[in-house]
Amino acid sequence: MPQADNEHSMSIKVLYFASLREQFGCNEQQLDSAGIHTVADVWRLVSSGHTFKQSVLHSVNQQYAELEAPVKAGDEVAFFPPVTGG
Amino acid sequence: MITILKAAFDPWQSIVDYQQQMNRDGEYGACATFVGTMRDFNEGDQVNTMLLEYYPGMTEKYLEKTVVSAKQQWQLLDVLLIHRVGELLPNEPIVLVAAWSAHRKDAFEACRFIMEDLKSKAPFWKKECFVEPDQQAQKNRWLAKNTSGY
Repeated sequence: MPQADNEHSMSIKVLYFASLREQFGCNEQQLDSAGIHTVADVWRLVSSGHTFKQSVLHSVNQQYAELEAPVKAGDEVAFFPPVTGG
Repeated sequence: MITILKAAFDPWQSIVDYQQQMNRDGEYGACATFVGTMRDFNEGDQVNTMLLEYYPGMTEKYLEKTVVSAKQQWQLLDVLLIHRVGELLPNEPIVLVAAWSAHRKDAFEACRFIMEDLKSKAPFWKKECFVEPDQQAQKNRWLAKNTSGY
């Protein structure tokens, strides 16, 4: 299905965990990568209209990343609250 | 070895079993261990159950990085790290770190480093199901952050 592959290659996968997952009401979203260059761009798009009680951490392709870190089509970006394991 | 477990485990038996199959008898002179266990109280409330969420993929990668970093800083023969996820009951073990070395300094310090790095940065999140004093209703809350261990 070349069309589906093409569609996938133009999108960015966004994941949410813990309290952020509950606040957004979903685990995962696909975003069109057009106009997205950094983690901050993704965050601006998904967070508009929300307020957050705690700081938000971010990762790109399963590694912690700064807000200025580059994001491109096919990447996996995640947002989550401070960690509380152990 | 790093393992994320969805079912309850016995950390002490895990240490015995792992040490036997390590096949390093005679080499190690020290094994430092840390076991973290679920409490039945927090912030003055009675905690009945706890849900531990993680980020499949990133959590394993982060723990791997932590253990590699420990092995670069200290002379270690082996490390065993087990972390629970899913629903936990009070008194169930949450985490085990065991570090083997020839001498105690490396085992002690590496075990501490791995635990502190895990607590402050590994992607796990705890949600408590609790009852407030003199109340009946069960409530849920995500823990806001871990306390500093130092």
